[in-house]
Amino acid sequence: MKEFFRRAARSKPLLFLPLLLLSGCNWAILDPQGPIGRAEKSLVFTAVILMLIVVVPVIVLTLAFAWHFRASNKKAVYRPDFHHSTTIEIVVWVIPCLIVLALGILTWKTTHALDPYKPLVAQNDEKPIEVDVIALDWKWLFVYPQLHIASVNELAMPVGASVDFRITSGTVMNAFFIPQLGTQIYAMGGMQTEVHLAADHAGTYHGLSANFSGDGFSGMTFNAIAMDQSGFDAWVQKVRGSSQVLDTQSYAQLSKASENVPVTYYGTVNGDIFGEQIASFVGSAPSMKMKSNGDQASAKGTGAMNGMSGM
Amino acid sequence: MPTDAVAAHGGHDHHHDHAQEQMANKVFGFWLYLMTDCVLFATAFAGVAVNRHSYAGGPTGKDIFELNGVIIETACLLLSSVTYGFAMLAAHRHNKSQVMLWLGITFLFGLGFIGFEVKEFMHLVADGNGPERSAFLSSFFLLVATHGCHVTAGLLWMATLMFQMGVMKKPLNTVYLSRLTMLSLFWHFLDIVWICVFTVVYLMGVM
Amino acid sequence: MLGRLTWSAIPLNNPIEMGAVGLMGIVVLIVLGFVARYNLWVYLWKEWITTIDHKKIGIMYILMALVMLLRGFADAIMMRTQLAFSHGASHGYLPPEHYDQIFSAHGVIMIFFVAMPFVIGFMNVAVPLQIGARDVAFPFLNSISFWLTFVGMALVNLSLAIGEFGQAGWLAYPPLSELKYSPGSGIDYWIWSLQISGIGTLLTGVNFFVTIIKMRAPGMTFMRMPVFVWTILCTSILIMAAFPVLTATIGMLTLDRYLDFHFFTNDGGGNQMMYVNLIWAWGHPEVYILILPVFGVFSEVVSTYSSKRLFAYTSMVWATVSITVLSFVVWLHHFFTMGSGADVNAFFGISTMIIAIPTGVKIFNWLFTMYGGRVRYEPAMLWTVGFMVTFTIGGMTGVMMAVPGIDFIVHNSLFLIAHFHNVIIGGVVFGCFAGLNYWFPKMFGFRLESKWGTRSFWLWLVGFYVAFVPLYALGFMGATRRMEHYDNPTWVPYMWVALFGALLIFAGIICSILQIVVSIRDRKQLMDVTGDVWGGRTLEWAIPSPPPFYNFATTPTVNDAEPLWDAKQRGTIERQARDHYEDIHMPKNTGAGFIIAIFAGVFGFAMIWYIWWLAILSVVGIILTLIIRTCNDDIDYYVPGEEVARIEKAHFLKVASLETEKQHAD
Repeated sequence: MKEFFRRAARSKPLLFLPLLLLSGCNWAILDPQGPIGRAEKSLVFTAVILMLIVVVPVIVLTLAFAWHFRASNKKAVYRPDFHHSTTIEIVVWVIPCLIVLALGILTWKTTHALDPYKPLVAQNDEKPIEVDVIALDWKWLFVYPQLHIASVNELAMPVGASVDFRITSGTVMNAFFIPQLGTQIYAMGGMQTEVHLAADHAGTYHGLSANFSGDGFSGMTFNAIAMDQSGFDAWVQKVRGSSQVLDTQSYAQLSKASENVPVTYYGTVNGDIFGEQIASFVGSAPSMKMKSNGDQASAKGTGAMNGMSGM
Repeated sequence: MPTDAVAAHGGHDHHHDHAQEQMANKVFGFWLYLMTDCVLFATAFAGVAVNRHSYAGGPTGKDIFELNGVIIETACLLLSSVTYGFAMLAAHRHNKSQVMLWLGITFLFGLGFIGFEVKEFMHLVADGNGPERSAFLSSFFLLVATHGCHVTAGLLWMATLMFQMGVMKKPLNTVYLSRLTMLSLFWHFLDIVWICVFTVVYLMGVM
Repeated sequence: MLGRLTWSAIPLNNPIEMGAVGLMGIVVLIVLGFVARYNLWVYLWKEWITTIDHKKIGIMYILMALVMLLRGFADAIMMRTQLAFSHGASHGYLPPEHYDQIFSAHGVIMIFFVAMPFVIGFMNVAVPLQIGARDVAFPFLNSISFWLTFVGMALVNLSLAIGEFGQAGWLAYPPLSELKYSPGSGIDYWIWSLQISGIGTLLTGVNFFVTIIKMRAPGMTFMRMPVFVWTILCTSILIMAAFPVLTATIGMLTLDRYLDFHFFTNDGGGNQMMYVNLIWAWGHPEVYILILPVFGVFSEVVSTYSSKRLFAYTSMVWATVSITVLSFVVWLHHFFTMGSGADVNAFFGISTMIIAIPTGVKIFNWLFTMYGGRVRYEPAMLWTVGFMVTFTIGGMTGVMMAVPGIDFIVHNSLFLIAHFHNVIIGGVVFGCFAGLNYWFPKMFGFRLESKWGTRSFWLWLVGFYVAFVPLYALGFMGATRRMEHYDNPTWVPYMWVALFGALLIFAGIICSILQIVVSIRDRKQLMDVTGDVWGGRTLEWAIPSPPPFYNFATTPTVNDAEPLWDAKQRGTIERQARDHYEDIHMPKNTGAGFIIAIFAGVFGFAMIWYIWWLAILSVVGIILTLIIRTCNDDIDYYVPGEEVARIEKAHFLKVASLETEKQHAD
């Protein structure tokens, strides 16, 4: 799997050169640290290059015609009756059509390959980690249902493992986004969305809410820390060491609006906080849980990243 | 002199044609407005469709809809469309007193429809099944009340026309004929919308 | 008695808001003082407030758009300044609740009260003239439309002085905009200003559709309509199909807020994504409601100033029609990140890209119109060339975001902000300035001078790139929209460059104002006597500038898509007044539209502050005004043929005397 991306990155280095020059560590999206982000970054370049085929000529022709046919240029031929040419018409309709056709095929394939609901195929036998994400006013709560721990505004994950996020909101709409890992997705009250991400390298990646949610929105950031397995285990131990317990009462306390909230650990989680949060809004209405087509995909033996090889 | 007379006559005809054309434009414009209204209702219907199962623990359509009342209500509205049709026939015969009579009957049927609807709403609210109960009921109230507001507006319009032709003794000329035509479009349109409401909300709701 | 309106609604403790209120108050006082000083009350009432002349209504729309451009731009400068300073330990000079109002107001004002009135203003000024009509189909309705828009605008501005404006963005996504999360009056201001002005716009759509379908001059078949008229026809269709959705959607939000309904709440079975779907089912067509008319403007401008027929007219028409149809099947691209299935996302992504095809064709057609032309670089043409380059780039970034896989990483980022400003400034704003320069002589009888116009263009063009290229970059750095503070120090330089760009645009706006001031000063030299100042090709240039109130003395007959050009080629232009003119049937002015709108405004205000008795009273007021109006049979009159002859003769005499003067001078 990794091979493919290395190849992809190596295959067109010249085309990417201008932008690679820019990609220092500040260019979050152009400096992806996970398979999803990398696939999306390469999609940016492919799409731009495809479109430049028509964009560059249009801009050049506009400027050239505008300059050459200026009224003061006596050398330019005035052809007031030139207002129809079947050849030009065919060309200007067909070329955009072809480019959109190419882009359309690319879009169809990549949209399926990059479907946020599609589980990642493990890279190096790492077990997927489940994380339940709840957007609150104005902080992020991360619950690790398998580990029965939780943290606020800090997300830890083992390098290489697929992190399976289930996302909801205990307040207004937010969007869960770690730019360097890729795909963002909305967090909505009474509904559950999913995204699967992974980090290639150890590091601390900036995370944020990408959908405006009120006064404390700007401070609704967190660090996503990718570490090796032993580091992650140590982190889990550190969290377990916390005496704070996340249960219905403390969750209600946490849900109250607060801004720029420091990292907090909950050593114990009692009950299904995530499920209760959704249920508290939903009543008997069906949740808008989107059906994942992951089963189908894995049956065919193609994971998210494999699907990308169609590109 | 004869040329002048012809010109004057031609000018008069021209004036008359112009008025006719303006009235035709008004009816066309009003019909377009009805199409936009159609989109408005479609949006309200979309709300009903999306929230058809969003009971939030509250009652379902089966629990609360009493078809008997709704059927009488529906009959009122359908009959009022028929009587409005008679009013239009009379209008085209330029029989103003008959127009007034049929408009009056239509008005009463319309009032009956609104009466039943208000009664149903009051009943639902009194039972704690008002629009605040669930998204399902919110959508129901919005759609049905939007239609009800339209019918009320139609009644107000009808009353105005009756007042203008009856009390103010306005003649049944092109202007009033076109207004009657527009109200006719409006009234029949509301009838069609109601048939959709009846089918989608009530019949499908209790099934 | 006054609902929830108390003295505390006036933000006395907020110096910035009070400053803005004071400034606006001063401007209003100056205007009122001016009116009082020269005793213009009667003139204002008779000539403007009660007017139902499409040309005057068009001028009022455009004036409103220009004034609101200043207001919306002030918001923009405040946001850019805040972001230049507010990083790390510094939190800038705006607290979040104020900053949130500013970006919400900026969006609402720029879209609803700058871009919309601008394009509707052009519709009003140009469409009836281009199709050879006396007025629009329903002049009285047109007056209502304008005043409703005006009242909506007034409410937004009133929110500055009394209460607050919405803090949930220009589209007020719930549940944030629900009562639970936004208990103040802000969202209610948003609701009622949009609802009232939206109804005005809907009526405009109906009005112009009927006008274009029914009132074209004899001989003007569909395929002989000027491209601008085509774009307005399509725009009207979009308005009629899309605005009711806005009305219904905002209506649902209103019920949620006022009567505890559960359409979009978190609880009670509400579904916030229904709002997002519905608002964009209106919102995306709305984008084309703004851009199609300026496509029409550019089509007129590029062909006029190239002294050449528009390249591939038929292709242009079909491109316009296909954009109209496609604009209804792309709305979901505004929220790919909702988590819909891959099939749905891919469908909407691809349908979005397909729109790029007819749009691309249009750009090609414009540039081939220049090919073989004699391009005269008046400001209108400069704006057009600037548009063609800028819009192409904006289109490209738009198609990028149509790919769901790309949207997943740039959705809601500053990249998105840069993209839509790229198409709205580079498209709509440039188009409005092009149209203003192009039709100004038709509206007022004198040209806008070109020196300040050219300066304005270059400052806007350069300013746009300086302001928004950094935003594209910041989007790639993971900067999201609507934040009022950030911690990443590497973003700071980009923010400063963007602020500098905004200041360049500010200079451009100053130049535009100077352009108008200087032109008014030099109006004698800039006078357009013939009515055909640019070598026009369509009917509006066949009559005097400004046109007589009845537009055409005799209804023209059309044999070509460019009737005036055609007539000039064949030498069939009338050079003197006829002996005999028919009487002209004209509608009388009426204040009813204004009064209805005032009641609507009072209704909105009463609803915002829960003053129920006043709300009921104003609804009764509206209904009574309408009824009284329908009881009035004295709504039209005939202009005698002799009067028409007198006006026409005077015009032709003036033209002739000027020509003699010219000959003498030569």
